Amino acid sequence: MHWLPQHRQVDTRSRERDIKGRIMTITENMPTKIIGTRLLRREDPPLLTGEAKFTNDLNIPGALHLAVLRSPYAHARIVSINTAAALAIPGVVAVYAGKDLQSTWAGPMPCAWPVTPEMKNPPHFPLAIDKVCYVGDGVAAVLATNETASRDALDAIDVEYEPLKAVVDLEEALSDKTIIHEGLGTNKSYIWNLKVEATEGCVDAAFAAAKYKVKERYVQQRLLPMAMETRAVAAVPQPFGGDITLYSSTQVPHILKVMTALTLGIPEHQMRVVAPSVGGGFGSKLNVYAEELLCTALARKHNTPVRWVEERSENSQATIHGRGQIQTIELAADDSGKITAVRVRIIADMGAYLQLVTPGVPILGAFLYAGVYDIPQAYDFSCTGVFTTLTPTDAYRGAGRPEATYAIERAIEALAHSMKIDSFELRKRNFIKKEQFPYTAFSGLTYDSGDHLLAAEKAAKIADYAGIRAQQEKQNVPGATKRLGIGMTSYFEMCGLAPSRVLASLNYSAGGWEAATVRILPTNKVQVVTGTSPHGQGHETSWAMIAAEKLGISPDDIDVLHSDTAIAPLGLDTYGSRSLPVGGVAVALACDKVIDKAKRIAAHQLECAAEDLEFANGTFSVKGSPDRALPLAAIAFAAFTAHNLPDGVEPNLEAQVSYDPPNFSWPFGTHMCVVEVDTETGAVKVLKYVAVDDCGVQINPLIVEGQVHGGVIQGLAQALFEEAVYDSDGNLKTTTLAEYLVPAASDVPPITTDFTVTPSPTNQLGVKGIGEAGTIGAAPTVINAIVDALAGLGVTNMAMPASPQTVWNTINNATRGGKK
Amino acid sequence: MIPAAFDYKRASSAAEAISLITQHGSDAKFLAGGHSLLPLMKLRLAQPSMLIDIGRIKDLSYIKDAGNHIVIGALTRHMDVETSKVLREHVPLLADAAGHVGDAQVRHRGTIGGSIAHADPASDLPATTLALGATYVVQGPRGQREIAATDFYKGFLESALAEDEMLIEIRVPKMQGAGWSFQKFNRRAQDWAIVGVAAWRRKDEAGVALVNMGSTPILATSVASAIANGASISDAAAMASNEADPQTDLNASTDYRKHLASVLVRRALEAASK
Repeated sequence: MHWLPQHRQVDTRSRERDIKGRIMTITENMPTKIIGTRLLRREDPPLLTGEAKFTNDLNIPGALHLAVLRSPYAHARIVSINTAAALAIPGVVAVYAGKDLQSTWAGPMPCAWPVTPEMKNPPHFPLAIDKVCYVGDGVAAVLATNETASRDALDAIDVEYEPLKAVVDLEEALSDKTIIHEGLGTNKSYIWNLKVEATEGCVDAAFAAAKYKVKERYVQQRLLPMAMETRAVAAVPQPFGGDITLYSSTQVPHILKVMTALTLGIPEHQMRVVAPSVGGGFGSKLNVYAEELLCTALARKHNTPVRWVEERSENSQATIHGRGQIQTIELAADDSGKITAVRVRIIADMGAYLQLVTPGVPILGAFLYAGVYDIPQAYDFSCTGVFTTLTPTDAYRGAGRPEATYAIERAIEALAHSMKIDSFELRKRNFIKKEQFPYTAFSGLTYDSGDHLLAAEKAAKIADYAGIRAQQEKQNVPGATKRLGIGMTSYFEMCGLAPSRVLASLNYSAGGWEAATVRILPTNKVQVVTGTSPHGQGHETSWAMIAAEKLGISPDDIDVLHSDTAIAPLGLDTYGSRSLPVGGVAVALACDKVIDKAKRIAAHQLECAAEDLEFANGTFSVKGSPDRALPLAAIAFAAFTAHNLPDGVEPNLEAQVSYDPPNFSWPFGTHMCVVEVDTETGAVKVLKYVAVDDCGVQINPLIVEGQVHGGVIQGLAQALFEEAVYDSDGNLKTTTLAEYLVPAASDVPPITTDFTVTPSPTNQLGVKGIGEAGTIGAAPTVINAIVDALAGLGVTNMAMPASPQTVWNTINNATRGGKK
Repeated sequence: MIPAAFDYKRASSAAEAISLITQHGSDAKFLAGGHSLLPLMKLRLAQPSMLIDIGRIKDLSYIKDAGNHIVIGALTRHMDVETSKVLREHVPLLADAAGHVGDAQVRHRGTIGGSIAHADPASDLPATTLALGATYVVQGPRGQREIAATDFYKGFLESALAEDEMLIEIRVPKMQGAGWSFQKFNRRAQDWAIVGVAAWRRKDEAGVALVNMGSTPILATSVASAIANGASISDAAAMASNEADPQTDLNASTDYRKHLASVLVRRALEAASK
């Protein structure tokens, strides 16, 4: 049982140095060592050579092209729609307004997360019917025989609007001066509370007794997810019988299948959803979108394939946005700086409607505002979800958890500032200690494992924390225009979504399990079928590595099948850093199950008891008599021929597992960043970025590092570059990549990645998720560094993104003695 | 990303291009590298009915030493300007500025003539050639004429080019060993400048022009006069915005732009004075 983590020395770094590149063969009589190697991604050759097929690459003869006319107003009544001129354009087959399709929908578009029983959820249809509620809201749909005609037709549709007042500001939205959805009577969607007190009133008492208190306000600006591939959809009906296949650039083919069937009243067994190659999602493709429903409904109506591809500036407005919160966080601390209570108030921007998990996003962060710190049961969290006339928000890489981490990791800096001590020292005084794990948090959740001090000290060493502090003394003298700063973040992430029972307690409408099937073919080649749906994460490589390690065969002999509900009918898809700690573990469990079955066949053929057999390197052998052995290949063929199977054992080697995780997975780490701020221009230069992450056992360090790099850059982008800017009329001013500043390779610093390895005790692989960690760590790290650089000038806070102008203005306000 | 319908003709010489534009009038547009026009067309913000492709006119791509000045064909790509040995030796400021345009892909497609004819105040090369005292040669149905850079820029995306005229050559005086600096301040390397400064200095003589500080590229004559009159660099730089009228946009307010201009002019003159 050498492959189980408890029997294996966990030291992925030494293996990394031993084995680089692709492992092609496994030497017999050597323990297999696939897990922990830097196997090159099998996904990359087709992606890098342009051979990968994305939804819009599919050749679908006879398909009609859908184009969607979108509202130019943030808030308006639709007075009339005249489609005559559009219909006259050659190639235009049909034009539909929202009213024309009203009877097509069996129900409104789905929101799967009614966070409270009282939550207000306005009806939301793929095309607006009476009024539009954001710029980009669908107003009419065109079907044409070619894409150009479909776009020309959009220009020819004449819509008369009666403009209404836009609601852009969150605090103004709460005032209900202009109500967006009249039927709801308010712009408040919900108020969700999490108050945990050891004794009633202990939060207030802690604040009353606190030696130190801080109260900080932070704004999480709206972000555009900006996946490299915009969304694309193709719905292909079968000519007879009513079956329909929906191709979509989605993260969630399984969820999409259920939701499309429900929303359109299609029998679920007649729906097949396929996600071809998907060019990134970051949460934006964890949804059920109007265009998926329109293509499917219109393909059925016209009994012909219908396809749609999103333009980039359309993607900026019609695909969900991320973040969008105003946070107020208060910390109480005793005279040693020990945090005694946390109070948090959030206003969360829902946008115009509730999309699939819109209301749940801030709730995912609700448990993390105490960060990595050992706090008593004195926690008071409340979130108000509010509608605006802006694009709906929803999950975006980290979803609630980056926001929470930002707030606590900025607030602890403020606390350190008020105590006039180093913030690293303050963190050390509050860290949950290694020996406290598994740690039952104030919330009742159990943090599986961790060693925050180890990660923080490792990061400090790599970043040369002490050296930078010494250099600051010399450099940041009065009048200096190039100021040095160092910032840090220690984070804990709640991911690996999720134990189904916990989701039930949060009113989430689905479970959090994942399914896997392992099928050993007659010639000892293997199919792994997974319910995860990769869109850049490398599951084909990683799942093959897990199965290879388990089965004692080469990863090259393993195919990983996914993202097609006809091939992988069971699954809950990919989001929330869940794929490995849930889906990958399911693959391992399915391997165990198939090995168990093979063992019974081997015992029968070797004429011994199954308990007397051990399985190693792909071979069953009798304990103590290694000569009496049968390779898995022989069992695979025997199971296929079924000539000589024990009684009660069915032919074929195949096992299916649906795995519901007992706990979230809790990756953690410390990031540090060194910046130089040019006080004359406000320009911020990141000199060094260090990420020390701990995601437990690493299946493939190459992929882990890639996830950290991408995540860090995305978090750094929130800190320095990106913001969805709206004007007061609700017009998005950053619809193209010229205005929405996604950093390019030339704009990001070198990133040093390092790791500590603290295996998760809750799954047999010892793994934790790593997809979102970088994003969670980076934004507060960069902002902390900037504020640190400018501390000598009286700067105590910095808005995101810290654009040169924002930095310059903040310095001016501080040095003029203005408000912070 | 699908432009409105248009017709397309390819010209094989400047004379043919001018004859085509004379024929098709104001709805026709010249297409060179396409890096300004095509994005506008894809967003349907520009809908010309006719594109006259001048991109394959072979004899308009050159960089030659013509004695006191260097002549550059209008269809010379930014990358060729950036890497030209002749320019590196005699007009290093222009070669350096060309290396700041967009990213590598843009510099391989975009042309110096296209950039100047588009007259975008946020582009690097209009201001740089203005600072250098360049002259532009244009050709029309009535033959060729020369326009000084100082007379060329008339307003936002408006130049002294008549509708039936085409920019064919840029003439830049040799810098004769002057010190120089190109300062480009932006948030991402590939972006247009929030503010840019092209400056050269030879003793008391200086030329300074500003990128994105008004509706046209701006010649900072007050700065040059101050230097000529013996002012210190920081005193001269304080006058950076005297001729400017910058706008407020997502990246910068008018005041911040003026502040940046004075910082960048100071830095540019300091670098040019070494």
